[in-house]
Amino acid sequence: MSQVIARADADTLPEVTTERGERAVFCGLTSIIWLHRRIQDAFFLVVGSRTCAHLLQSAAGVMIFAEPRFATAILGERDLAGMADCHEELDRVVSELLARRPDIRRLFLVGSCPSEVIKLDLANAAARLQGVHDNRLRISAFSGSGIETTFTQGEDQCLASMVPDLPAAPEGAQRLMVVGTLADIVEEQLRRHFAQLGITDVDFFPAARADDLPPVGLGTHVLLAQPYLSDTVTALCKRGAKLVSAPYPLGVEGTLAWFQAAAAEWGHSADFVHEALAIPLARAQKSLAKVRESLQGRTIHFLPDSQLEIPLARFLRDECGMSLTEVATPYLDQTLMAAELQRLGPDVSLVEGSDLDSALARVRDHRPDLTVCGMGIANPLEAEGLRTKWSIELIFTPIQGFDQVADLAGLFARPLVRERQLEVGSWS
Amino acid sequence: MELTLWTYEGPPHVGAIRIAASMRDVHLVLHAPQGDTYADLLFTMIEREGRRPPVTWTTFQARDLGSSTAEMVIETLKGACDRYQPQVLLVAESCTGELIQDQPGALAKGAGLSAPIIPIEMAAYTRKENWGASETFYQLVRGLLAAKAPKPGEERPARPVNQSPSVNLIGPTKLGFRCRDDVIEIRRLLEKMGVRVNVVAPLDATPHDLLRIPEADANVNLAPEVGELTCDWLKRQFKQPTISTVPLGWGATRDFISEVIDTLGLDMDPDAVGESRLPWYSRSVDSTYLTGKRVFIFADGTHALAAARMARDEMGFEVVGLGTYSRERARDVRALATEYGLEALITDDYLAVERAVTELQPEMVLGTQMERHIAKRLGIPCAVISTPAHVQDYPARYSPQMGFEGSNVIFDTWVHPLIMGLEEHLLTMFRDDFEFNDGAVPSHLGGEGGGGAQQPDNVTPITPSEPGAVAWAVSAEKELRKIPFFVRGKARRNTEHFAQEQGLSVIDVETLYEAKAHFSR
Repeated sequence: MSQVIARADADTLPEVTTERGERAVFCGLTSIIWLHRRIQDAFFLVVGSRTCAHLLQSAAGVMIFAEPRFATAILGERDLAGMADCHEELDRVVSELLARRPDIRRLFLVGSCPSEVIKLDLANAAARLQGVHDNRLRISAFSGSGIETTFTQGEDQCLASMVPDLPAAPEGAQRLMVVGTLADIVEEQLRRHFAQLGITDVDFFPAARADDLPPVGLGTHVLLAQPYLSDTVTALCKRGAKLVSAPYPLGVEGTLAWFQAAAAEWGHSADFVHEALAIPLARAQKSLAKVRESLQGRTIHFLPDSQLEIPLARFLRDECGMSLTEVATPYLDQTLMAAELQRLGPDVSLVEGSDLDSALARVRDHRPDLTVCGMGIANPLEAEGLRTKWSIELIFTPIQGFDQVADLAGLFARPLVRERQLEVGSWS
Repeated sequence: MELTLWTYEGPPHVGAIRIAASMRDVHLVLHAPQGDTYADLLFTMIEREGRRPPVTWTTFQARDLGSSTAEMVIETLKGACDRYQPQVLLVAESCTGELIQDQPGALAKGAGLSAPIIPIEMAAYTRKENWGASETFYQLVRGLLAAKAPKPGEERPARPVNQSPSVNLIGPTKLGFRCRDDVIEIRRLLEKMGVRVNVVAPLDATPHDLLRIPEADANVNLAPEVGELTCDWLKRQFKQPTISTVPLGWGATRDFISEVIDTLGLDMDPDAVGESRLPWYSRSVDSTYLTGKRVFIFADGTHALAAARMARDEMGFEVVGLGTYSRERARDVRALATEYGLEALITDDYLAVERAVTELQPEMVLGTQMERHIAKRLGIPCAVISTPAHVQDYPARYSPQMGFEGSNVIFDTWVHPLIMGLEEHLLTMFRDDFEFNDGAVPSHLGGEGGGGAQQPDNVTPITPSEPGAVAWAVSAEKELRKIPFFVRGKARRNTEHFAQEQGLSVIDVETLYEAKAHFSR
């Protein structure tokens, strides 16, 4: 099933085809894997089924940590049949958990498909538990269920659940809030670059410590580091913050434009930013040039998965010389993608949603040099002689900012370089 | 509600996928929300499958609930039938599907589909993966064969004289432990005995193959976690006897051969069927150092039982802990543990297993991927003997666990993480050399698996290992440090226990040697 949505400004923006059918994406619970690495004193307690627990350990590459900071409270038949009071059970499980992990400063109760379907009110539970454990940690709830979220949207729900806890910013103070999980090393680099632009009142949300909550208010400028944070932005704007419209800090051009958009709020011109960041900019261009050779002139196809598809496609086409056979994304937020869509232009086949079998049929039809897809699909496509890149790696690897540009391009170049290097037969 | 960090088994519908993914020309439609499709990667990543599991998912979302999910089921069923033209269509639900009560099995039966339908009830909130695999396979076999069963009282016709005896291999699946190679190994073994393998199922079988199951003289219950239910049913309905010895280990392989001979009425010398290097490797002088190594075993039921026997009888280890996460096999594991003078650990709580390993401080852990992590953390050598396993336990090389070659493979696998015989003495001899340090890992070990490098007592200053335990005199502490690092932890704990039993408050050199004498065998 697919339909083309007519657009008023069809001359400058890509036409969007919407597809409905089978979807091959992770659910929002998967976000826990990077969120718990980022917020180092937070614990994520999924209230769900064995499937949820199994997803988390499978997506995390099977049991990397001896005792992770996430767990699942598995609903049993007694809970579902109403023989046990779910809220009493949850209180017991939370007490058990907190007794073992006194180091935890923030607990997230994470809703799942089963908990949503049985209408277990976790926000209510979080408020009740907050009362019990008020002096030692914050407790909030969000949904990572597959019926409501895909993959990276779990982070959106998590951050949105924290917004009510953010302290109010003093009036008149102008601050920049960079929103979206980033690796520590990237945060440090971006901070240095903001300082070079004279912007020092910068907060990163989420921070590495759960108690480091950035203030929010009328003077807050929200700059997104990740493109999947629709509800978080809405919640921040409700508290007076203003969204800075910008492309995402992927690639040299994306990163430069990202800094320029933020600096404009501080009254700096685009040229000023260009000049102030000339050194990292030149370094990024130089390192990208080497990797670019492997990508130039090759075709790439994005299956819908991480929500990073549109900015990545823009980078690979504009800065690496690749051509796009199709760019599909699980859902399209026109506001958050506005600057990216402008850059992407009208000549791109853009798909929102998924109908897996027909999407795969188009991949087989185009036979692109590289397909960006979820882990479940990668090896079957490789077996058909197609090169792939798993999208989850783009979430786990530091890819934002000037000094990661070459690494980002390298992720796409490696399968192609490998193909050229290998002298063994194909899979089949 | 049960707090779970890691889970040994997935949910039951993952078991159903394992059956579908193992077979050919079977397709599974799963009524499940968006996100449950993660299960594909178990097959394509961990087992490096070159095809997607033959599963079509409804992947419903919140907006579909309450209105159109039943329609989605029918549409998905029709789409899957048209696209894949399966010989049989399995229909099941994941945990969330079960909650919304669309009854896809009934919908499928009323949808006028071209393929025969077999609905599977998954019981997602009480059961787990292996049960789901077992149930799916059983329903599939029963669904195809029930109508063909002989009437009650009807005798099974004798095998024609000119026809060679044959068996089915029942139970091996994708994502099982070394099933691919075990099937090859056991097929070779049986062929050597003049026994034909009629059908292997579910692995690589089609529904048409399943229809031929009754033609064999017996069923080999090769993976009881998956195949036992089906073997029992075939025994009842088709009077096909079950060969129930799982040929894991040298002794078990010989027992298996004898059982095949007895069951099929063959005239054959069981000793002439084949041999393994395990007996000689185990008797050779270098293996003396294996004697009495304290091992902890935790696995699925089948592999735990087999490993315990091998560990004690074929390697000369001492089994100090035995357990399983397979509740279905709890009775067998308990019985064997009792025979070994142990109390079986029946649990699917990873933390309970970790506590047991920490307490017992074995010299080696034989377990799953989970126990690999526990052992790594505690600095104890470990070998993986069962699922759940990671990608490195689906090796490129031929690496069976069953049959005689399987026992060779297991001998190597278990010995590899340990410090070898002569090397143990050399380490002791040279331990005071300036070139030697306690952190040195035996030369044959790479990064993985071990040695004493991470042993807690290398980093912990010498304080009593338990609160309330006795104190160490400086002289005794010095003496303790002269004991090779890989047995030092054990010596320390033994001495402390001994001192406590004796009511001593301070351990001196004498206490240390008294304790050594007390514990020596």
